[in-house]
Amino acid sequence: MVAKIMTKNWISEIKLGLSQTRESFGKHLSSLLGGGKIDEVLYEELEAILLTADAGVNATTWLLDALRKKVKSENLTDAAQLRGALQEVLFALLAPLARSFDTDTEKPFVIMLAGVNGAGKTTSIGKLAHYFQSQGKSVLLAAGDTFRAAAREQLIAWGERNNVPVIAQDSSQKNGDPASVIFDAINAAKARNIDIVLADTAGRLATQLHLMEEIKKIKRVIAKAKQGAPHEVLLVLDANIGQNAINQVEAFDNALKITGLVVTKLDGTAKGGIIAAIAKIRQDNTLPLYFIGMGENINDLKPFDARKFVEALFD
Amino acid sequence: MFDNLTSRLSRVIKTLRGETRLTEINIQETLREVRTALLEADVALPVIKEFMERVKQKAIGQEVIGSLSPGHALVGVVHRELIVIMGGEKSEINLATTPPAVILMAGLQGAGKTTTSAKLAKWLMEQKKKKVLLVSCDIYRPAAIHQLEVLAKQIDTDFFPVQLGQSPQEIAVAALDFARRHHHEVMIVDTAGRLSVDKVMMDEISKLETLLKPIETLFVVDSMQGQDAVNIAKVFAEALPLTGIILTKLDGDARGGSALSVQYMTGKPIKFVGLAEKLTGLEVFYPDRMASRILGMGDVLGLIEESQRNIDRDEAEKLAIKIKSGKNFDLDDFKMQFQQMRNMGGMSALISKLPAQFSQAAQNIKMDDRVIGRTEGIINSMTLQERAKPEVLKASRKRRIAAGSGVTVQEVNRLLVQFEQTQRMMKKMNKGGMAKMMRGLKGMLPGIR
Repeated sequence: MVAKIMTKNWISEIKLGLSQTRESFGKHLSSLLGGGKIDEVLYEELEAILLTADAGVNATTWLLDALRKKVKSENLTDAAQLRGALQEVLFALLAPLARSFDTDTEKPFVIMLAGVNGAGKTTSIGKLAHYFQSQGKSVLLAAGDTFRAAAREQLIAWGERNNVPVIAQDSSQKNGDPASVIFDAINAAKARNIDIVLADTAGRLATQLHLMEEIKKIKRVIAKAKQGAPHEVLLVLDANIGQNAINQVEAFDNALKITGLVVTKLDGTAKGGIIAAIAKIRQDNTLPLYFIGMGENINDLKPFDARKFVEALFD
Repeated sequence: MFDNLTSRLSRVIKTLRGETRLTEINIQETLREVRTALLEADVALPVIKEFMERVKQKAIGQEVIGSLSPGHALVGVVHRELIVIMGGEKSEINLATTPPAVILMAGLQGAGKTTTSAKLAKWLMEQKKKKVLLVSCDIYRPAAIHQLEVLAKQIDTDFFPVQLGQSPQEIAVAALDFARRHHHEVMIVDTAGRLSVDKVMMDEISKLETLLKPIETLFVVDSMQGQDAVNIAKVFAEALPLTGIILTKLDGDARGGSALSVQYMTGKPIKFVGLAEKLTGLEVFYPDRMASRILGMGDVLGLIEESQRNIDRDEAEKLAIKIKSGKNFDLDDFKMQFQQMRNMGGMSALISKLPAQFSQAAQNIKMDDRVIGRTEGIINSMTLQERAKPEVLKASRKRRIAAGSGVTVQEVNRLLVQFEQTQRMMKKMNKGGMAKMMRGLKGMLPGIR
């Protein structure tokens, strides 16, 4: 299903979105891999580029090792040849992250979003709603962030923009119960024969144990509204954060058993290397990276495609 | 925060122990580990390069050879150099000007400027006894002005009422006049978050700065920020004459290497760190303590200071007398202990200050902050007599208490067992065990000598 909406446009859009990323990452690489000898100095500079892109030590080490092997086995001698080789090892690392997102198995298909404060959960929900609608699905939003001031209003605004129903708590109730809002939303979706429910939650740091308990409870309550739900638990990550992204993946997975990731704000000054770091966490059995966000626009959330992502980086 | 860096460095140092001499080769290995640790803590690469160079030069020099234990010497060098990069001495906030002393807040979106503005106001009111005015120039983010107004009300300080349609510059001018007329000593100006690449917005804040002539222009940065912190800080430092940095969200588990990076790039001191969502969660930044924390010594000093500030002296003294006697320690006192713990920012804030080896152990206790609330709830459901004499608690009373506080009878029992253990421990402490305990602690904490 994901493949269907991939048009030629996609690659130019991703290029535009990643312009910041390419500026620093791509430009450095181009000047480095223009030609010349392959030596230790070159590897060291490559390492620096990867590290400053937030790729992290593990992913960088792995990428460079893979690159060295390739250079040896394919007898590469010129730096210009490294370009293609690096693209290939990068693709090998990122490819397992790309998996298609199938919402046809259940009705309503319940998707829960979680993440730290300011990761972009509510905005991502707005964009996801638009994405699913464009595939002819009916969508309902659950305003599960009952904590942050105006989070509810923000989601309602997204709902109006997309013409999507939003189930929220009465505004007179302060600090209400997020679990019950989402519970109601799922029942409403059943009654209205809706395809997909997107459930927002309040941002929380993994060290706030009581809030991590709260989100576990939200998940349990969702299962009471519909057996087997939530069908997807997505962790939203801000591309601008550093290696703490790895802690966030681990901590939220421990609490919630997350089923996939959304990486936002790739249009900022971030260099996107964090995606490589994430791919390295459990390289053999990585979590899928379903969507990447690259801008303020409602169309700016795209399914992740490793091949095109790597191409856009180097182009 | 810094936990993993802490534990990594403790591991490095452990491997160094047991070697009689520090050879060039094992310095390299160790320094490589330190480098990796710093990278994983999101310290920017150029900063790391300079840091490693410094440490290497010092370590290979005389200082190490002349020292008794090579391991300790290396830790000493790393520690000292960390302090040098993070700004040497601690830097106090500067308010020495004709009032109102204007403090301008700047930073990226979501860094935590608005919350930090309110925290800083509270800190200045309580620690420096200042009359503070809060002003919001954030006309862009919906409800940002309202957010600051709500926070101002929470900490009971003045808020400058913004008129609809006013530009940030107009707000600034009017607020300055308002502060003068109402004799505010300090005026904190919150601004909209802006991307460092956004020229228009960077111009705007630069104009605000010219207009307000703040004595402090503080750059607010998220401790989770990645490698790019260095570039962002650079752009802000070029646009504004920054005087200091506030590092936020340090209560998370980010290792906060951005602290090093930003300070290195701007050359400005980190004046405060933000912890916890509560408005009391702001602390003065001490480079030496932070360096100790990085090296696995934990922020024990910060812990002591915080307990002094947040614990009610009278209550604590009353409790101390009871501890001494060991007899009259009742459930009310037990509850008070929990309350004081909560005043100090809850268990999670306390754990984050402990040295790595302890904080890991403490996390295993799984004492979450909600348990504290529940414990209080149970005790609140008891009569005064029951609290003073827990031995009267029999099955029917326990059932009533459980129903009253919405827990099970088992939980009530568990609490009573806990209480008895505490009571017993206090008796033991009273019998001269305390001194012994402290002596034991000294051996365990590298920070205490």
